[in-house]
Amino acid sequence: MSKLPKIALIGNPNAGKSSLFNSLTGLNQKTGNFPGVTMDKHTGIWELEPNRKAEVLDLPGIYSIYPKSIDEELVINILGNPAHPDYPDMAIVVADASNLKRNLLLFSQVRDLGIPTVLALNMVDVAENQGYVINSIKLARELNIEVAEINAKKGIGINGLRLAVEKTLKNRYASNDALPLPVGDDLLADITAQYGEADPYRSLLWLMEHDRMKMFSEAQRIGFDRLQDKHHFNSKSYKTSETVKRYEALSEIVERCVINLNRQWDAPPVKTMTDRLDKFFLHPVGGYLIFLGILFLMFQAVFTWAAYPMDAIDGGVAQLNDYLKEILPASALTGLLTDGLIAGIGGVLIFVPQIAFLFFFISMLEETGYMSRVMFIMDKLMRRFGLNGKSVVPLMSGVACAVPAIMSTRSIGSWKDRLITIMVTPLMSCSARLPIYTVLIALVVPEKSTLFGMFNLQGLALFGLYLLGFFMAILSAWVMKQLLQVKEKSYFIMELPTYKGPRFKHMALSIYNSVKAFVFEAGKIIVAISIVLWVLASYGPGDSLSTVEQSVRQANPTLSAPELANKVAAEKLEQSYAGHFGHFIEPVIKPLGYDWKIGIALITSFAAREVFVGTMSTIYSLGGEVDDENATIKNRMRAEINPETGKPLYDAALGFSLLIFYAFAMQCMSTLATTYRETKSWKYPAIQFLYMTTLAYLSAFIVYQLLA
Amino acid sequence: MSGTLADLKVGEQAEIIGFTDELLSLKLLEMGCLPGTVIELTHQAPFGDPIAIKVSGYTLSMRKEEAATIQVKTK
Repeated sequence: MSKLPKIALIGNPNAGKSSLFNSLTGLNQKTGNFPGVTMDKHTGIWELEPNRKAEVLDLPGIYSIYPKSIDEELVINILGNPAHPDYPDMAIVVADASNLKRNLLLFSQVRDLGIPTVLALNMVDVAENQGYVINSIKLARELNIEVAEINAKKGIGINGLRLAVEKTLKNRYASNDALPLPVGDDLLADITAQYGEADPYRSLLWLMEHDRMKMFSEAQRIGFDRLQDKHHFNSKSYKTSETVKRYEALSEIVERCVINLNRQWDAPPVKTMTDRLDKFFLHPVGGYLIFLGILFLMFQAVFTWAAYPMDAIDGGVAQLNDYLKEILPASALTGLLTDGLIAGIGGVLIFVPQIAFLFFFISMLEETGYMSRVMFIMDKLMRRFGLNGKSVVPLMSGVACAVPAIMSTRSIGSWKDRLITIMVTPLMSCSARLPIYTVLIALVVPEKSTLFGMFNLQGLALFGLYLLGFFMAILSAWVMKQLLQVKEKSYFIMELPTYKGPRFKHMALSIYNSVKAFVFEAGKIIVAISIVLWVLASYGPGDSLSTVEQSVRQANPTLSAPELANKVAAEKLEQSYAGHFGHFIEPVIKPLGYDWKIGIALITSFAAREVFVGTMSTIYSLGGEVDDENATIKNRMRAEINPETGKPLYDAALGFSLLIFYAFAMQCMSTLATTYRETKSWKYPAIQFLYMTTLAYLSAFIVYQLLA
Repeated sequence: MSGTLADLKVGEQAEIIGFTDELLSLKLLEMGCLPGTVIELTHQAPFGDPIAIKVSGYTLSMRKEEAATIQVKTK
């Protein structure tokens, strides 16, 4: 496997890199992790000939090798370090022929790093429609490399590309040793003396980007800083002059290799489809209306259409449980398997349709190029709150799950904007909160009532919670903006790509990966929590549990057998470790209206909030009417009586207090772990946990005290 | 007439003559905003910011304050 030649795919965003990757590797793809960075690594096997394969690595889209954001750093960490395990034998630079000069800039940098390179000219048809005819044979001669014309989306030209790759792998064209912009020989000699022999352009890359390259130690970084001082070398102005210089050279080459028909015929510039569509999507008023409409459709899909598959999953899990209960002997272990494990796993699976729908919409918006337009029209608004147009994507994905949402902040170049986005994204109501909302709303909001005879009150309450999460996220962002007085340049220079039809294969793959990650990540936690909770609720300190039955019988000599069994079970739960935990925190949560049973659910929810419903059913089935097999968790909770007032425990005050608590509290280990990974510090997950939990506690307190 | 890109109105064309911010200029150059290139302001987001320009055949968006670092010459 490791003997296969490695080919890196490099190119501008939207140049067709991923399409080409799919065409080359088909289904022989694998998504893994790069060592040390939490970034998806897409590799695939390309069958050059029968029995001759190559490993293809798809790198993130970049405009130049000088990174501007975290996701771009990866590329120089691989291409600038021949000792890196993923360092390629050669590169294919995918270039959008309709924007040749800009795409060639990146190509020339990659080639100068000493990597044998093939140029894959994509979208030649688009260029020709715009009146540019490219002589790719001449281009190959001018650049002294192999050039292949391809249509990545349709998979045309792959054979030509294969021949170019084979030739390049065999000949390993010597790289251009001259620097694009000369520097003093003694500077290069100093770098070679201290850091070993390297290609001159690679040495310069090390010198300029050493802080972003993981291969260097602290001492080596200081060494680079000293060299910069010694030789009065200014990275910024070198990069600027280098870029201008490269463009000058490339302009001449493009001039010689491309015929501009527009100039010959003096034709007016063509109005493209993208220009026409942008008239609507970027319209000052219409643009917002369209965006709102799309959001509405998205939520409609997530809450209405997803309900059908969700009901099916729910029913399937219930049937499986009934079946298992029938064939297995009634024991504590069967209880753990059915009510604990399978119910818990069912609780994860039930989110799958919603998550799939959400990712379907989000990847569709990204695929078509519309997402950049959303960033464009939202930037000004978001900036007032310390966010950024690019924060829209994480906030929207946060409705599905905060983990991928936080990872999608990597494209935000400004550290401050990115940090604030990471910090507030978990306030968006994720799909794990949905079952809690559903159960609690059903308890406290009357089912039949409507507002003005048309809006279902339960639906409105649910929508209100989502809005509440969004407004709290925006508000928290604004507060953080005031607190974080960092003067940092954030910029918004980005390409608005042309609109494209979605590639459904690509979308299906990304939905599949997101759903898989969610099921396995959340699944692991839920299984672990179910087992721990079952143990904690079934055992107690010392022999307290074994004496419960005796003491209950002595205290209530007149009770019938089933009533006695209930009483014993309830007493046992109270005496168990879980019961002790619940009682321990009861004084803290009493002002919010919660008793020790809710306390147990709160504690377990701090690992993952979706555990709430499962915990509630475990607690109430252990301590309540065990004989009532058909009672749903909702009915069991509705039947719960407040011992102090004698009225139902789950009244409006408690219900809303719990809803608000779950809307704001940070109860997700996976999110905290992701925040840690993305910020590389425990400080931020700690702050995130504290501020969200405080917010949840205070808000729930106010709600309960006002309504009680 | 010379000024900055931020002064243009939708539909107006101008030629880039230089940059006033070194840090931004690298990014702008990499994106194809070279001195001598003719650009056209094509869109303004609501509230006039950010803006989108047509440069060497594609659409590039940037904030108004970033546009103000690009010096242009109108015909």
